Amino acid sequence: MTGTSARRGLSFYLLATFFGLFVLFLYGPIATITILSFQGPEGGLTFPMNGVSLHWFRNLFEQQAVGDFGGSFRRSIALGLTVMVLTVLFSLLAGFAFRRRFLGSGALFYLAVASLIVPSILVSLGIGLLFNILGIEPTWYGSALGAHLTWTLPFGLLIVFAIFNRFNPAYEEAARDLGATPWQTVRHVVLPILLPSLIGVGLFGFTLSYDEFARTLMTAGSFNTLPLEIYGMTTNVTTPVLYALGTLTTLFSFTVIGLFLAGVMILRRRRLRRTGAAG
Amino acid sequence: MTVSAVPSEASSASAAPRGGGVRRSVLRRVAPYLQAGPLALALLVFLLIPILTIVAVSFWDYDSIRIYPDFVLTNYEELLTSPVTWKTYLNTVKFAALTWVITLLIGFTVAYFLAFHVQSTTWQMVLFLVCTIPFWTSNIIRMISWIPFLGRNGLLNSGLISAGLIDQPLEFLLFSDFAVVLAFVHLYALFMVVPIFNSMMRIDRALVEAARDGGASAAQVVWNVILPLAKPGIAIGSIFVVTLVMGDFITVRLMSGGQSASIGLMIANEISLLQYPAAAANAVVLLAVVLIMVVAMLRIVDIRKEL
Repeated sequence: MTGTSARRGLSFYLLATFFGLFVLFLYGPIATITILSFQGPEGGLTFPMNGVSLHWFRNLFEQQAVGDFGGSFRRSIALGLTVMVLTVLFSLLAGFAFRRRFLGSGALFYLAVASLIVPSILVSLGIGLLFNILGIEPTWYGSALGAHLTWTLPFGLLIVFAIFNRFNPAYEEAARDLGATPWQTVRHVVLPILLPSLIGVGLFGFTLSYDEFARTLMTAGSFNTLPLEIYGMTTNVTTPVLYALGTLTTLFSFTVIGLFLAGVMILRRRRLRRTGAAG
Repeated sequence: MTVSAVPSEASSASAAPRGGGVRRSVLRRVAPYLQAGPLALALLVFLLIPILTIVAVSFWDYDSIRIYPDFVLTNYEELLTSPVTWKTYLNTVKFAALTWVITLLIGFTVAYFLAFHVQSTTWQMVLFLVCTIPFWTSNIIRMISWIPFLGRNGLLNSGLISAGLIDQPLEFLLFSDFAVVLAFVHLYALFMVVPIFNSMMRIDRALVEAARDGGASAAQVVWNVILPLAKPGIAIGSIFVVTLVMGDFITVRLMSGGQSASIGLMIANEISLLQYPAAAANAVVLLAVVLIMVVAMLRIVDIRKEL
């Protein structure tokens, strides 16, 4: 970490250029469709721009023939929020369990890891078949919710493991020595310390569910979620209305990340202020 | 997971003698099961039982109308004796291998730059966030965003034509294997960057200093010190990229314009034709192949040490 500026040789600039190109590669296409979504009414799917307008955004909300865009959006949000809450709750609880040894902990851990490795389409097919055989109608809030959890829970669990590994148990001991009950220790010591990381787990859960396509395919039942709706559009819509949809959903994702980051920032600042005042 | 159990084991042992009453100690023993219960239940109902259902249905019989409980091997027979299956597997493995090599090169270089060349922690976090943000937007949207770039009249073709490098639009750019691999790299490069970056951040900087003091060149440091120590991250990233590509069907369908096949796409097509037993047999074989690949990768590195 010392002598930083002295070491900034050719390799630094080469690597920095590579990094810049990588970022361009990541953002370039999305930036392109954002610009193209403002095409004029006569414009097509590629450049040149044929005037500038909000025509395709209006089109997105008018044209009901395309599908149930509003309904699928609402369903995706509701599903994402439910998955988020359950992911935080289940993985935090399991995180507490894994701090002690219990019968079957190894098997459960490998089951969670297997959940990440099993291809999404298999989860979709398996749940679809199971519900089919049992004669239960698949629904977005039932079978699709379960399918999404198989994807978000392992991520949540791994993040919680990482959090507990860095967690200093001395805080808990101190609380116990001061006479706190186990519940008080969790409520007033452990949870406040973990809160910012738990928000991260929630963000992960929400966005993974909000974007999930393959696991929703056979499990959503008769009502589409947003990714299914978008997929339907990509196969039969050939106007910039597709890009307008892309711009809006991307904007929405960025807003969600922004809100979460702001939340974490506020929490951190509040804690700093509180500890600063106390000590 | 057992790693995390160690420190708390000590603390709970020290607290145990103070715990009053039999009821308390029963609760203490039952608690982990109650806590792990929801997770275990969710994974049992929505992962394990569905997979077992697939295995069972793969032996069932079917016709054009419905499926029948049975025990026949015809689904596997038809699958494994068909040259189409083998060609499709080969194609899928080709996609996986190409995507793996490219994402590995990109992931290692980007992570190395962030971990060892960006000096301030704030900048490290900012640049890392810049890399992760596109990951949060819809995969399908990220795929279609390549259309105006790669299409016949796309940015790349018109750019190359106006630069005088070509006089006909390049047709292979969109709806081709090239487009499929490009989209895979675009979608999954991050799955390589994050774990490798994570591994590299754990490397003791003193080791790098020592190697340099010992007279190692920059390339020697990377090859003999950083690369071996970053192996767990590389393994985790590789497992993600390979399994995601092996099971994919939507990227292949959208980006190849229906001209390429993959196992995932084959299964999706069988599902849409309601040939569930055939799809199930295909899924079982795919799962076996993916598991063999993952086990092979875990043979090389022990990632459990990472958790």
